[in-house]
Amino acid sequence: MAAPTMNRPTSDAPAAVQTLTIAKAINNGLRAAMEANPKVLVMGEDVGKLGGVFRITDGLQKDFGEQRVLDTPLSESGIIGTAVGLAIRGYRPVCEIQFEGFIFPGFDQIVSQVAKLHFRTQGRLKLPMVIRVPFGGGIGAVEHHSESPESYFAHTAGLKVVSCSNPADAYWMIQQAIDSDDPVLFFEPKRRYYEKGEVDTTAVPAPLHASRVLRTGTDATLVAYGPMVRVSLDAAAAAAEEGRSLEVVDLRTLSPLDLAPVYDSVRRTGRLVVVSEAPGESSIASEIAAKVQQECFYSLEAPVLRVTGFDTPYPPSKLEEEFLPDLDRVLHAVDRSLAW
Amino acid sequence: MSSPEKWTQPGPDSPPATAAAPTAEQVIAGLRATDEGGADLVQLLTPEGERVAHPDFDIDITAEELRGLYRDMVLVRRADREANALQRKGELGLWVPLLGQEAAQIGAGRALKPADMAFPSYREHGVAWCRGIQPHEVLGMFRGTDNGSWDPVEHRFHPYTIVIGNQVLNAAGYAMGQKFDGKVGDDADSEATMCFFGDGATSQGDVHEGFVWAAVYDAPLVFFCQNNQWAISEPTERQSRLPLYQRARGYGFPGIRVDGNDVLATLAVSRWALEECRQGNGPILIEAFTYRMDAHTTSDDPSRYRLSDELELWKLKDPIERVKVHLVKQQWADQDFFDSVEADAEELAITMREHCVNLATPPAERMFSEVYAEGNPVLEAQRDEFLAYHAGFAGGER
Repeated sequence: MAAPTMNRPTSDAPAAVQTLTIAKAINNGLRAAMEANPKVLVMGEDVGKLGGVFRITDGLQKDFGEQRVLDTPLSESGIIGTAVGLAIRGYRPVCEIQFEGFIFPGFDQIVSQVAKLHFRTQGRLKLPMVIRVPFGGGIGAVEHHSESPESYFAHTAGLKVVSCSNPADAYWMIQQAIDSDDPVLFFEPKRRYYEKGEVDTTAVPAPLHASRVLRTGTDATLVAYGPMVRVSLDAAAAAAEEGRSLEVVDLRTLSPLDLAPVYDSVRRTGRLVVVSEAPGESSIASEIAAKVQQECFYSLEAPVLRVTGFDTPYPPSKLEEEFLPDLDRVLHAVDRSLAW
Repeated sequence: MSSPEKWTQPGPDSPPATAAAPTAEQVIAGLRATDEGGADLVQLLTPEGERVAHPDFDIDITAEELRGLYRDMVLVRRADREANALQRKGELGLWVPLLGQEAAQIGAGRALKPADMAFPSYREHGVAWCRGIQPHEVLGMFRGTDNGSWDPVEHRFHPYTIVIGNQVLNAAGYAMGQKFDGKVGDDADSEATMCFFGDGATSQGDVHEGFVWAAVYDAPLVFFCQNNQWAISEPTERQSRLPLYQRARGYGFPGIRVDGNDVLATLAVSRWALEECRQGNGPILIEAFTYRMDAHTTSDDPSRYRLSDELELWKLKDPIERVKVHLVKQQWADQDFFDSVEADAEELAITMREHCVNLATPPAERMFSEVYAEGNPVLEAQRDEFLAYHAGFAGGER
């Protein structure tokens, strides 16, 4: 990552450490990336005048103009497909998909072109583009607004996939994703958009494709990403009150996976619970379970357990609290692991 | 070649081709496709080799230029026939013939200027030729040694796109970039983009979206649709109720149907359209009305869905013959010229054959390279495991 810059054109230089929501942190990160590189474009439905339905791009069109912040036609394949052409032309497009459930019209372009052009051309064409995707449930929405499709993309060679869980990561990771010469799917935990945290804009950020231990513990390890990191941290806090010490790893990068911190943790705790709200079959959680049993076989005191969404279509919102992993389901899995 | 048979040989249960006759609907549709293209068809050189005037799209052409277009068409046809033969001999897994579409592709390809960009589908071997790509350079993907070998930046010719219609959106984005870069207008360094697709692709959502995006962003993009009447077995009537060029009106830009077997008309209309786009008056749709004289690919069998009479009718409208007749009538070329073109074509075919059989299978670890621009430790570990597995065999070979 280049030296951090936060020189906003419309105000005095802000304090280095600010308390921001995830939404505002992404907004600031986008602004910083656009200031640092005139080739960075933001494009998507309603991202300009409106500032996006979640206001993630609020104010960017006003400050950078309509040619750098594009209110696009309502066409996801168009957003992704034209971003491919713009990237080939030398731009660094940041596409917003309004909700994860609407990404599928663009799935063909993502899988057939975005993921494969670098390989197809033996490295002659780079696709430095970011596809921002608000994902996950818990917001009481109608169908197609609460899903977790990240495994499709992690399963596709040529794509990189990350998810942030807190404002500081949101601020840095969006800039690192934009700096990447590989296409990056950037999954944003929409139910956490308005949770606050400190962002130090002078800090040296962790690498984009690195997992991180957020809480140390000795009895069992929880691994999560995106919206389930908060649930896992809360579970660890609750467990501590009962005298159980849980370690929490924030995965951050879903492709490539960075499991070294997980292996290290499991070798110490001997127990692993993977938490994800995506359906569990053939998922990121499955991959982690497989890799950990392969790498940490002799350290494991119990089978790797998964706490995930069910293998159903996302249910009507009145049922979503039953679908989504919560503190109790996580602790129940921890109990089963410890009782093995 | 490892196993081309699996693509080319019918399975044990497939009926012999002669057992399947075209349906009545297919015959009718095919006969419709042999019409003259309608009153709006732009034509400058008739199938009989007569120059005709057009109020909007006439062109001044010198003898030398026309000889050049003739030579281009003969050479790309010879290369196409050679590749087809190489597939039949098992040297290629597949070939996608351009036979019959030489005028459409050479007319469009020669209208492009060096600074322009082109996005092909997978049949544009004639356009590739115009962009300075040797015919043997497209063989790797059909032999299975690469997925496309030319440098798209150097040649300003995108890799072949196999998924139908994807490239139309990529081209729209590229053309938007040309506009954002200030390359549209009166300046001498203005640019345009030309995008190639077929009649079948016009049913794809990506083509519709490409039309919408290019229109609302005033992109300098020429949509060049080669309507060769057939999308594998489906006639154009299965894709559209109205002539394809008329669709442009609904998107708010001009649509022109040109005789795609007339290299002069295709060149004239393409030059005009590209210049309009460079000036900022894009996008524009060109429908080149032509005919796929061979199969969709070497794996296809047109006798199952169209009558050979149809092909015979289109042979009378051959894109190369009419130019030859005109050159002779005008006394713009003598037998020595035609002989020299034939000799060049043979030499090209020999070069192709030699390059083709010498295209080596790449080392297996190639499949792990250039998947990512910035690497991927998980994939690198997988590659190392693969290499160690191979190295475990005696002599390092399986």
